[in-house]
Amino acid sequence: MSLDKATVAKIAHLARIKVPDDELDHLAGELSQILTFVEQLGEVNTQDVPPMTSVAAQTLRRRKDEVTDGGYRDAVLSNGPETAEGFYVVPKVVE
Amino acid sequence: MSYIQGETGDWEIVIGLEVHAQVISNAKLFSGAATAFGAEPNSQVSFVDAAFPGMLPVINEHCIEQAVRTGLGLKAQINLHSVFDRKNYFYADLPQGYQISQFQQPIVGKGEIVLDLPDGSSRTVGVTRLHLEQDAGKSLHDQHPAKTYIDLNRSGVALMEIVSEPDMRTAEEAGAYVRKLRSILRYLGTCDGNMEEGSMRCDVNVSVRKPGAPFGTRCEIKNVNSIRFVMQAIEYEARRQIEIIEEGGKIDQETRLWDTTKFVTRSMRSKEEAHDYRYFPDPDLLPLELDPEWVEAIKSTLPELPDDKKARFIGEYKLSPYDANVLVSEKARADFFETVAKGRDPKLAANWVTGELFGYLNKAGKEIEESPVSAENLGGLIDLIADNTISGRIAKEVFEAMFETGEKAADIVEKKGLRQVTDTGAIEASIDSVLAANADKVAEFRSGKDKLFGFFVGQVMKATQGKANPALVNEILTAKLKG
Repeated sequence: MSLDKATVAKIAHLARIKVPDDELDHLAGELSQILTFVEQLGEVNTQDVPPMTSVAAQTLRRRKDEVTDGGYRDAVLSNGPETAEGFYVVPKVVE
Repeated sequence: MSYIQGETGDWEIVIGLEVHAQVISNAKLFSGAATAFGAEPNSQVSFVDAAFPGMLPVINEHCIEQAVRTGLGLKAQINLHSVFDRKNYFYADLPQGYQISQFQQPIVGKGEIVLDLPDGSSRTVGVTRLHLEQDAGKSLHDQHPAKTYIDLNRSGVALMEIVSEPDMRTAEEAGAYVRKLRSILRYLGTCDGNMEEGSMRCDVNVSVRKPGAPFGTRCEIKNVNSIRFVMQAIEYEARRQIEIIEEGGKIDQETRLWDTTKFVTRSMRSKEEAHDYRYFPDPDLLPLELDPEWVEAIKSTLPELPDDKKARFIGEYKLSPYDANVLVSEKARADFFETVAKGRDPKLAANWVTGELFGYLNKAGKEIEESPVSAENLGGLIDLIADNTISGRIAKEVFEAMFETGEKAADIVEKKGLRQVTDTGAIEASIDSVLAANADKVAEFRSGKDKLFGFFVGQVMKATQGKANPALVNEILTAKLKG
């Protein structure tokens, strides 16, 4: 499968990655190669295999409804580029 | 069916609702952080909720149970196999860059909600589905002129998104839908339904069409947070769309906001492009498999829900559908009524609860749980009416005192000396003095002016401070006036 420039530009926009126009052709080639590589999986017959099938027979692990986590605000905020009064601070995002 | 009158004839509104209901649980959907409302910002955030690298979600089994319980309460199909997907979008209060939600295989399928309309009639609205998903964090835009502040306490809290069919045709029906859904959720104990605190939020889909025509293009009004606003937004949005179409324009499918100060809907332009969510199954979570016996066990613990209770109140107590609706809308109200009605005249009990009690509570801004008059004490008051200790009129005075002091009816009657006078001698004496003082009116009455009877009753009641037994007054007065 090959991607055109417009599709690559759209993917870049959805991922909020700024890609200059003169790099779109190059990226279209690279992404198409990746898709071609992954498409090899299409050779395997998965007709009767449901998605999310696991090699190990296991079921979704569940947790009890108990408060066992949180309460470490400073640690949570420590990687934020800007914080104030216990909040993360970001550029204004309201219209 | 009620239509809106336009320049070119009648228009029909088509409404579908998506309600986000916060699940009542101690911990979040996929982490062990607390869910309590009103905590210090970012104090209830785990590394999972803040999307630190390498953190894995583990599902809270109580949240699954709450979703199943809600599905059963909506008489819906429970899907024993459901799948969690990632819904991808960027926003400052969504640290993962995706919301874990359910897309093609939700935990609950088709169900229904019966609307109780103000005229006493009912109408069934289809529920398309219910799915579990994570809530996002909260953005505060008013703390700083150029910045937005982010609190992730709500990030990862479990939500049920409950989607209706486009079955509603008026703002009143949409209001009734939200009210009924909230009532059911509260009965089930799966969501507190508190719209002011944001634990129930509503997205409203509105389109208009000529009666019988195919559906028109819809607009979605996001995050409406009260029943009144839902109804106002629908009225406004329908008129806006009709005006555009009648002027030859066409409706753009878009997301809009309800402006609660200007009372208009307006476009949220920034959201328009963002609708490519690229859903795919979350590789961190296996499909959710439910044991049918477990579902049955939950079903056996469901409480009596509003529709069943309403039917029972109408059948067992012979209440009108209207009174039954008012009483069953909240479980606490229904329980209060049943305590009052036990061993008493149910119609009288319903009148006192829905009339005096609700009137006073409303005026005082109190919930029924905070009522100064307990159900037992209101029952005591009704007993005093039933055994003729006080008249219905005096009872209202006693009720007022009960509401102020919380005292028992019998104590107030004793203390204030309000016991009804049933001593015929005393009543006769006051009648005699009233008749003597109004000899001219007695003459008029006897010459045919029947209407004066009410005047005499009034005078006697006044003379006895309302304590004379009305039946005895009527009886003795009739005899004396004829004589």
